[in-house]
Amino acid sequence: MSSVIVAENLVKLYAGQRVVDGISLDIKRGECFGLLGPNGAGKTTTLRLLLGLIAPDEGQVELLGHVIPVQAREARQRIGVVPQIDNLDPDFTVTENLMVYGRYFGMTDAAIEARLPELLEFANLTHKRDVKVPTLSGGMKRRLTLARALVNDPDVIFLDEPTTGLDPQARHLIWQRLRELTARGKTLVLTTHFMDEAERLCHRLAVMDNGRIISQGSPRELIADNIEPEVIEVFGEHAAAWAQSHAAGHVQRFEESGESVFCYVNDAHPLLLELQQHPELRYVHRPANLEDVFLKLTGREMRE
Amino acid sequence: MKTNHYAFPQLSLRFVPIWRRNYMVWKKMAGPSILGHLADPVIYMLGLGYGLGGMLPQIGGMSYIAFLSAGTVCYSTMNSASFEALYSGFARMHEQRTWEAILNTPITLDDIVLSEMFWAASKSLLSGVAVLMVIWILGLSHSMMSLWIIPLSLLVGLCFAAMGLIVTALAPGYEFFMYYFTLVVTPMTLLCGVFFPVDQLPAMLQAVSFMLPLTHAVNLARPLLNGVVPIHIMADVAVLAAYALVGYYVSLVLFRKRLAQ
Repeated sequence: MSSVIVAENLVKLYAGQRVVDGISLDIKRGECFGLLGPNGAGKTTTLRLLLGLIAPDEGQVELLGHVIPVQAREARQRIGVVPQIDNLDPDFTVTENLMVYGRYFGMTDAAIEARLPELLEFANLTHKRDVKVPTLSGGMKRRLTLARALVNDPDVIFLDEPTTGLDPQARHLIWQRLRELTARGKTLVLTTHFMDEAERLCHRLAVMDNGRIISQGSPRELIADNIEPEVIEVFGEHAAAWAQSHAAGHVQRFEESGESVFCYVNDAHPLLLELQQHPELRYVHRPANLEDVFLKLTGREMRE
Repeated sequence: MKTNHYAFPQLSLRFVPIWRRNYMVWKKMAGPSILGHLADPVIYMLGLGYGLGGMLPQIGGMSYIAFLSAGTVCYSTMNSASFEALYSGFARMHEQRTWEAILNTPITLDDIVLSEMFWAASKSLLSGVAVLMVIWILGLSHSMMSLWIIPLSLLVGLCFAAMGLIVTALAPGYEFFMYYFTLVVTPMTLLCGVFFPVDQLPAMLQAVSFMLPLTHAVNLARPLLNGVVPIHIMADVAVLAAYALVGYYVSLVLFRKRLAQ
């Protein structure tokens, strides 16, 4: 597969702090690549570097064969961007937003108009085509932003936290649309801090923290590489005391968080037998998921 | 690799779609906008021109209201471009994040700042034409040379748009613009020959007045409305153009620094 984005050893400093600290990426055509990390990990800054909106202090980026940021203008002709914070034109209707945005790519009005039905259909906004932006719901605005990013029929689409702030229904619709885009061969690069989003959508992920990539691979690889395959969560006020006295012998690793104990095991049987002797404890047995990996890699403490 | 914020601007026609965007927004509220461009200058011209002018002798061979009309054209065009570059420009840059959306397309900041400058100057053009119509209707100018007010309005607009954009680039919020209006725009209205001839001022203030762009706009507008070729036509045009060009470059450098954050 050919690479559409190659970044080598990117470093970006803000006020002496290494917000991005040695990021290297190789994103292939047609894949959905996720940057996963807690707030302040450097995800958005990485996206801005890849797009050439800011210049790195060290390292280089090639996007669709163009050297960034020098040839960013040429590259952006084939790029779509869905920003984290809405920047639709509030004075315009849905179609006016698409028309005006298409002109920024040098498209003729006729060329944009020819794309409108498909874009409106894709965004489920055909019935809202002449409605002004401020009257749209959050999900509709986000879909319009996605349609707007597709007006130039881009090869690569960057999405910065595409479903943050949306309700579950709106989120599922966006996910469905993004899967349709990858099915059509588009390359997606998205940032998120939702594990289920990353696990469902992304072919490959890079987990970021403190400006660095701390692990990279498919969701399954990340789980297999970083964590035991099975998890038993034990809850209740006695859970902590039980874990201290009994769990250590049966588990590879356990972590306490509030009233829960997370036991990571290669084989759950011995622990399940042990738990049957403690009817006062409640527990859930499940396969390890991305959230377990994420919490292991980035820690459980709050980021504020 | 470091971006050079001081790099020479790369100009292209890509600013035109942004100008069209602003025009589309303006068209939706064209009525109130045109009324605003007319009401303020007309009230000043009629109120001061007839009210105050009735007590005054002729100035340089013309009635006070005719004298004032040239000043009004200039300060109206100054105000139009300044308000657009400051308040509306700041809204597009900061509040509505319109620039951010545009920067994700093949358009660069150089194009955006150029579009802001031409858009604000277009508002000045509109304002200049509106006042010129009033001048014709009131019979205050009888010369075909008054048509030169139209390109002059555009030049004055570019000059004040560029100056205003510098302020916008530095502004943390809307409150900041009060400094510019109080410390720059209002003094200019009073020192640059809008309401009375500059030679009425003490020598020191005359020297200050000579440095200010509005003086040179008035130096051009007044003879043109009167059917006379301005004396220092090249010098006056050069000062206005210099403010526009230097202002564009300085504001662009400041915007580059601001948006690199």
